[in-house]
Amino acid sequence: MTDGCRVEAAPVRWRVQIHGLVQGVGFRPFVYRLATGLGLSGWVSNTPEGVVVEAEGHPEALQNLVSGLKQQAPVNARVEAVCAEPIARSTGLEAGREFRVCESQEQGTAATRLPVDLAPCRQCIEELHDPGNRRYRYPFINCTDCGPRYSLIEGLPYDRARTAMRYFQMCSHCLAEYHDPASRRFHAEPNACPDCGPRVAFCQPDGTVLAEDEAAVSEAVRRLAKGDIIALKGLGGFQLLADARSTRVVQTLRERKHRPRKPLAVMFDSLASLQQVCPVSASESQLLTGPERPIVLLRTPDYHLAANLAPGRADLGVMLPCTPLHELLLGDLGFPVVATSGNLSGEPIAIDNQEAYARLGAIADGFLVHDRPILRPLDDSVIRVLAGQPQILRRARGYSPNLSLPRPVPVGWAATGGHLKSTVALSTGSGVVLSQHLGDMNSALGRDGFVLTVDGLQTLFATEPQCWVHDAHPDYFTTRYAQDRGNVPCAVQHHVGHIAAVMAEHGISEPVLGVAWDGSGLGDDNTLWGGEFLRLDSQGYERVAHLRQFRLPGGEAAMGEPRRSALGLLYALLGDQVMECEELAPVSSFTLTERKLLIQSLSAGLNAPETSSVGRLFDAVAALSGICQQASYEGQAAGELEAARGRNYWASPYPFELSAPEAGRPWQVDWAPAIHALLDDVRRGRPVSGISAAFHQGLVNVIVAVARQAKLSRVVLAGGCFQNACLLESTITALEGAGFQVFWPCRIPPNDGGLALGQLAWASRALWGREGACVWPYRDA
Amino acid sequence: MAHGGGGRAMAQLLDDVFRPAFDNPWLAKQHDGAVVEMPGAMAFTTDSYVVRPLFFPGSDIGTMAVHGTVNDLAMCGARPQYLSAGFILEEGLPLATLRRVVDSMAAAAVEAGVQIVTGDLKVVERGKADGVYINTAGVGKVVAPKPVEPTRIQPGDRILLSGDLGRHGVAVMTAREKLELESAIESDCASVVQPVLALLEEGIDVRCLRDLTRGGLASALVEVAESAGLAAEIREVDIPVREDVSAFCDLLGLDPLHVANEGRFIAIVAEQDVARATDILRRYPVSQGAVEIGHFVQGAAGLVTASSMIGASRVIDRLSGEQLPRIC
Ligand SMILES: [Fe+3]
Ligand SMILES: [Mg+2]
Ligand SMILES: [Zn+2]
Ligand SMILES: [Zn+2]
Repeated sequence: MTDGCRVEAAPVRWRVQIHGLVQGVGFRPFVYRLATGLGLSGWVSNTPEGVVVEAEGHPEALQNLVSGLKQQAPVNARVEAVCAEPIARSTGLEAGREFRVCESQEQGTAATRLPVDLAPCRQCIEELHDPGNRRYRYPFINCTDCGPRYSLIEGLPYDRARTAMRYFQMCSHCLAEYHDPASRRFHAEPNACPDCGPRVAFCQPDGTVLAEDEAAVSEAVRRLAKGDIIALKGLGGFQLLADARSTRVVQTLRERKHRPRKPLAVMFDSLASLQQVCPVSASESQLLTGPERPIVLLRTPDYHLAANLAPGRADLGVMLPCTPLHELLLGDLGFPVVATSGNLSGEPIAIDNQEAYARLGAIADGFLVHDRPILRPLDDSVIRVLAGQPQILRRARGYSPNLSLPRPVPVGWAATGGHLKSTVALSTGSGVVLSQHLGDMNSALGRDGFVLTVDGLQTLFATEPQCWVHDAHPDYFTTRYAQDRGNVPCAVQHHVGHIAAVMAEHGISEPVLGVAWDGSGLGDDNTLWGGEFLRLDSQGYERVAHLRQFRLPGGEAAMGEPRRSALGLLYALLGDQVMECEELAPVSSFTLTERKLLIQSLSAGLNAPETSSVGRLFDAVAALSGICQQASYEGQAAGELEAARGRNYWASPYPFELSAPEAGRPWQVDWAPAIHALLDDVRRGRPVSGISAAFHQGLVNVIVAVARQAKLSRVVLAGGCFQNACLLESTITALEGAGFQVFWPCRIPPNDGGLALGQLAWASRALWGREGACVWPYRDA
Repeated sequence: MAHGGGGRAMAQLLDDVFRPAFDNPWLAKQHDGAVVEMPGAMAFTTDSYVVRPLFFPGSDIGTMAVHGTVNDLAMCGARPQYLSAGFILEEGLPLATLRRVVDSMAAAAVEAGVQIVTGDLKVVERGKADGVYINTAGVGKVVAPKPVEPTRIQPGDRILLSGDLGRHGVAVMTAREKLELESAIESDCASVVQPVLALLEEGIDVRCLRDLTRGGLASALVEVAESAGLAAEIREVDIPVREDVSAFCDLLGLDPLHVANEGRFIAIVAEQDVARATDILRRYPVSQGAVEIGHFVQGAAGLVTASSMIGASRVIDRLSGEQLPRIC
């Protein structure tokens, strides 16, 4: 540059790499508009790592491009990193005024964040209802802002050719939109219209087609209106729909699905219709109408719908249409429907039409199907608002598999989670991914789904884990799976996993007091843990305190029968005297002979393992208060006990005793005084609401008492028991009131659905905050 | 019973208790071993019996020690012929108890058509053993024309179960823990030699046989399927379990598929042989409840699934040791 002479800055060329959730969210069209608006030439392309831009022009315009990439990204995008570097200017053909959107580049190693399935956007909904639009009432309308993604992706980078949409050849109209940078459907991979895209059909349970297209939707509407049960092929799998106003219809569904009491979710056509039935808070409506479109649990025992939707529960799961097909159907119906997953209990949801006829043929009276294949099953996600924040209870459609964590986790690890509510976690070059809810590993189909998902995520993220982390239970399917992977397997104790998951979610590694209140998981002493207070830090963990143990007569059989937990608890309290406690519901629910045998099995320890589980204590208390002796679904007793508390928000707490430990042993939380008080109340006929409130309050007090003993300022709440909103909220309030900093699961489920993340984070924690690959061997301090 | 070396007391015991009970020309020779003629292929097996208590409803350790070993020979497609018996006795064991055990063995040997031709006896200090431990070994002539082993199983082959499940395990458990049942459940302990030989002699192509002892039907199926490199599908509704056994198992949280049996086996036969094989088995009291419960299919080696009444299917796993609940 010459002194005193102002020279126009010469054009330069930059290569800009963008990482994060930047595919399937209309990112390239956005870059195109941004770049052309700034007068830049060059191109933009998807890569397996994200999006890459090469742009050429005035340095100031390039600066604006980079800041625009960060600040003006499309609503559904998550830009995690933007790296720009100058490169040599192009010559010859490459040079010019033009800015192009390129086909994706196939080479590359690691994956980017995966695009997730999103509910129809506002513009698509408007077009769906506009008689003048060529996609008027077309059930598969979508654009770069919305539509199916993860459920139909075969591989990355995200391009139509690697999705289930490759079976559909775009018509000239759609193709023109697809190539028009000014269109909302510019590179919308699932772009489709009535002329070229997927179609719906209404079928009999044997697969015979009765009606197609518009007629299929009207047939489904007619059938639902007359009380039929319809299987609908949704976004991530089949759902069963039925009139949510009719107790009789709901009962039929329950009988056919063998689900006598499990709460069923209800789908409404709009927020307005939902609000006519029950009150919805601002944050709840935000979740309901968000693009993830989950089932939201509303705490509302009063609604004017079928009485048997969620018997005995204080909450109701509700959702709004999550695809254009649901939007059309619910709009035409004019009444809300039960929307429950299309499966037999214990099995994953059906995704294939033929499979659905075979598996759901005995449940559904008709099938509303379509011809777009679903590549991976995705259940509806379940979420609720708790302590003013969203809390995910089941992570699947709309959320999975992306998860952004505040702290990096070393690459090359995998964790296989629990045995029920399984999920898988992988640490990849672009962060940790947590699979969708994969369900129950007792079923062969569940195991198939698990294996396919692990393989699929490894392929999508081009990752080959070196260390496989699993639960300490030797007989979990997921334990055996991890051990069979060769490499280096590593066990993490169940409740350490629960607590570590919450630490990873919130990015804390300092010493914490972890309160893992749970069903039951294998403990280090070969008993069943589940009422644990563990001190965790980056070095290891220590069992600070636990619930006093009692035996579970019948082992696994006790999980479905709260009365067994009650009997075990009473036996620990009263010994053989239990025989005579006729006045107690769980005792009298067994015949004299049965009782005698069970007590013998308790005294001999015959298939009556010891447990310190708070989940089983909840079961016992629910049974003793006469609420539930035999459960037909997981968590029933605790859920109904919570609901029984009703509006009785405060009662004098039952006394739990923190008994002084023997030297070097953990403190013990003795439930004996509390159970004595409870038995007095039961005998005096105190209403269940009071018993429930006193029990909950007693538990809250005991957490605060242990926290004071442990003298750690940070307390982490984890485990399935904290699905109990009332327990979780009062615990948070009490602990915060006592000056503790409290952490609880928000973006991952408190139950075993979050376990894989905790296993991964805990096993790899020696390397927290550091770069590098897996270091082995690693041993617990 | 006094603890001591070889000595006169021991010789007395052999003469008083064992020789009369097992009376046969080989024992009469008082030789160090038995010399027997065995032309052709021979099956050879051994097993030790340490059951507690020694006597339980329907059976005892002596009967088990014979039937267990002859059944193992039968599972090889062989006709059991000669057995050895080794005893480890705890000092102080009442002579009457020993006599009962030995008499049971003798009776069982007659029933199974075998001779106990050699044996051994040791006495250990009080507290070093639980009354009586017995080891038996056995040899038998292979009569199956084709090898009876899992590798011969083909997809489509049927699984025949010889009768109801779980009685032995429940009988031993109730006796050991002194559980009070309304009416006793008796062990199914028995020889299955006759029906097995009948299958072979009547030309059924028996692909594989497996007795359902420790680990029950579940372990047997998983092991066989693993060795066969196939998957198996069974129908839970078709598996016979007596009502009292089923009620007991439900109450104690036991899975009858995992409970031990001592007179039960599965026979894997080609599909076209199912009806005839079932008829043959049903002719014998020990297998009169024989029933087809499922079949083998192409699939992951060792994957055994059971379909329930409502059509859902669960995987039957071989579990490690004590069954700790997997439900969280
Ligand atoms: Fe758990
Ligand atoms: Mg054996
Ligand atoms: Zn849209
Ligand atoms: Zn089109």
